[in-house]
Amino acid sequence: MKILVTVKQVPDTATKIQIRADGQGIQEDGIKWVINPYDEFAIEEALRIKEKQGGEVVIVALGPSRVEEAVRQSLAMGADRAVVISTDAAVDPAAAATALAAVCGEEGFDLILTGKQAVDDDSAQVGPMIAANLGLPQVTVVLKLEVDEAGHRLRAERELEGATEIVELPYPAVVTAQRGLNEPRYPTLPNIMKAKKKEVRRVSMDSLSLALDPRVTVNRLFAPPERPEPTILSGEPEETAKELVRLLHSEAKVL
Amino acid sequence: MDFTLSPDILQMRETVQTFIREQVEPHATEIEEQDEVPFAILEKSRQLGLFGLSIPEQYGGLGLSMVDKCAVFEELGKTINGYTTIIGAHNGIGSVGLVEFGTPEQKLRYLPKMAAGEWMGAFALTEPEAGSNAAAMTTRAVRHGSRYILDGQKIYITNAPYAHVFTVMAVTDPSRGPKGITSFIVERDFPGLRVGRIEKKMGLHGSHTAPIYFEAMEVPANNVLGQEGQGYVNALKILANGRAGLAARSLGSSQYLLDKSLEYSLQRQQFGRPIFEQQILQHYLADMATDIETLRWMTYRVAWMADQGMPVIKEAAMLKLYGSEVYNRVADKAVQIHGGMGYIADYPIERFYRDARITRIYEGTSEIQKNIIAAQIKKDFLKSR
Repeated sequence: MKILVTVKQVPDTATKIQIRADGQGIQEDGIKWVINPYDEFAIEEALRIKEKQGGEVVIVALGPSRVEEAVRQSLAMGADRAVVISTDAAVDPAAAATALAAVCGEEGFDLILTGKQAVDDDSAQVGPMIAANLGLPQVTVVLKLEVDEAGHRLRAERELEGATEIVELPYPAVVTAQRGLNEPRYPTLPNIMKAKKKEVRRVSMDSLSLALDPRVTVNRLFAPPERPEPTILSGEPEETAKELVRLLHSEAKVL
Repeated sequence: MDFTLSPDILQMRETVQTFIREQVEPHATEIEEQDEVPFAILEKSRQLGLFGLSIPEQYGGLGLSMVDKCAVFEELGKTINGYTTIIGAHNGIGSVGLVEFGTPEQKLRYLPKMAAGEWMGAFALTEPEAGSNAAAMTTRAVRHGSRYILDGQKIYITNAPYAHVFTVMAVTDPSRGPKGITSFIVERDFPGLRVGRIEKKMGLHGSHTAPIYFEAMEVPANNVLGQEGQGYVNALKILANGRAGLAARSLGSSQYLLDKSLEYSLQRQQFGRPIFEQQILQHYLADMATDIETLRWMTYRVAWMADQGMPVIKEAAMLKLYGSEVYNRVADKAVQIHGGMGYIADYPIERFYRDARITRIYEGTSEIQKNIIAAQIKKDFLKSR
C-alpha cells in the first residue's frame, strides 16, 4: 500500500508569536518550527499501516527551505522518502491544496493521510480540497482507521459533537487525522542517521505551471485585546455576592 | 575552528531532550527513593538507540564521532545522573574496549547485542587493594590449554547487577608488573562469576554498583581482549576515551543547575525584590556561567582533537579534572543560591549536589588526573629541550 502524507511545518505551539510590522504575517526570526501536530498523527498512522501491511510511506511537503527540517523529522520517524514543493511565496489553502494534489496525482497512491488542520492558521481546508481536486472520497477528523485490503475499503471512526460516527468508504481516499488516532513515536537515533540517506525530491512550485491565484488574502493580523485587570471583590460574603451579581448583570452582561 | 554541530546531531539532541522531559524526568522522585530505574524506562531508552552511541554502524550502533557523542552526553547530563550513568558506563568504559581492541569475531559476537542494549556492558578494574594504583591488582588468570581460570574480586563495578559483558583486567604474569596484566571479555553466565550485593551510595541513585567475584571462573582463550600483557595499557586507553564523555555529562548537569539557579533567583523575593538583584548573587551566577562556558569549549575542543586522531592524554585528563571541579563548584553555588530550598530533597538541587561528588572520584580521581597532566607536561618539556 502506497501512502502519501502531506505535512505542514508550523511554529512550535510553545513559541511566542509576534506580528510583523506590516500586519500581513508573523515575524519568523527566532521561531522554532515543528511538524504540525495533527500531521504527526497522520505520519504515525501511515507508518503503522505500512508495518502491518507493507508498502511505502512518502511525505509531501510545501514551503520555503526551512520545511526540510520537518521533512527530515518525518523521515526520521520512519517515512521512506519525501517530495518537497519549494516556494517562498505565501500560499493560501486553495493554492496549497492544488499544488499538493498535483504532486500527489503524479506520485500515485492508495491513500493520502494528513492532519485535520494545521495549528497555525487553523483553516482545516487543505485535506478536503486535495480530495476535491483529485475527485476522491474523504473522511475527516478520524479517531480510528482500519484498512481492509481484500475489500479495498476503509472503516473510519470520526469524532462528532458528543458522538462517534462510523464511516466506510473505498480507497484511494483522503483521511484527516484527529488527536487520539494514535501516539506518534519518537524518531529513534538510528533512524535519524538513516534519514540522511533517504531520497528528498525537490519540485519548484513554479515548475508545476498551475493557476494559483489566491482566493483568500490576508488583510491584517492583529493581537487579541489585552485582558483588562481583574476586579477583586472583598468584604462580607453577603455584600460581595450581591455586588458580583450586579457586575455580572450590568457590566459583563452575562446574567 | 568550526564547532557548529551538524543538523543530524542537533535533531538527535532535541529528540533526547524531548525523551528526557516526557519519559525520564517524571520518574525522578521514584528513581531517587527506590534507587532503581524502572525497567520500562531502560526499555524505551534501548528503543531510542541510546545504548549504541559509540558502537560502529556496521554492528548496529550509531558510530558517533566524539564531538557528536559529547553533544548527546551533554543533554543526558541535564537529567537524573543515576540514569545517565547506566547509559554512560555502557557506551563508555563498558563497550569501548571491544570497539577499540576486539577481533572481528569478538565484535560480531558482542557489539550488535550491546548496540541494541540487549547486553549491557561493564568495566572491571578496581579491586579492594588496587584503586588509583590499578597495577597493584591481584586477580589472577592462569592459562590451561584453550581457557583461562580466573580467581579474584573486583569492587565498585558500575552496571554489574545487570551487565552481561564485562571487560575484566587480571594478572597473567605476576613477574612483569603492569606488563603482566591482560584484559578479558567475560560473560555473565561464565561458570564461576558471581555478582555481590548492590552498594548503597551517597548519590547516583538508580545506577547500580556492586562487587563481582571470580571463583575458578573459566574464560575461553578466544576471549582475551587484545594481546596478553596489554591489559594495563588497554585499561588506560579505555579510561582516557571515557573522559570527554564524563566531562560532557558534567557540563550538562552544570548547565541545568545554572538554569535552575537563574530561574529561582529571578523569582524569589527578599528585601522587596528578586534575590537576583543582590550583586553577590549576580557574581555567583556570572562565575558559574563563565566556568560552564570554559568547560563547554574545552569539551568540544578535546572531542574534536580526538576525532582528528590527535593524542589527547593530557587534554582529556585536564578536561575530566576541570569538568568534575566545575560541576562541584556550580552545585555548591546552586545550593547556596537556593538556600533552604536547595537543601531539601523535594527539589532536584540537593540530588545534583550529591551526584556531583562522585565525578571527582570515579574513572580516575581528580588527583590522578593531575598526576597524568604533570607527567605529560614534564615529558613534553624534556622533549622540547
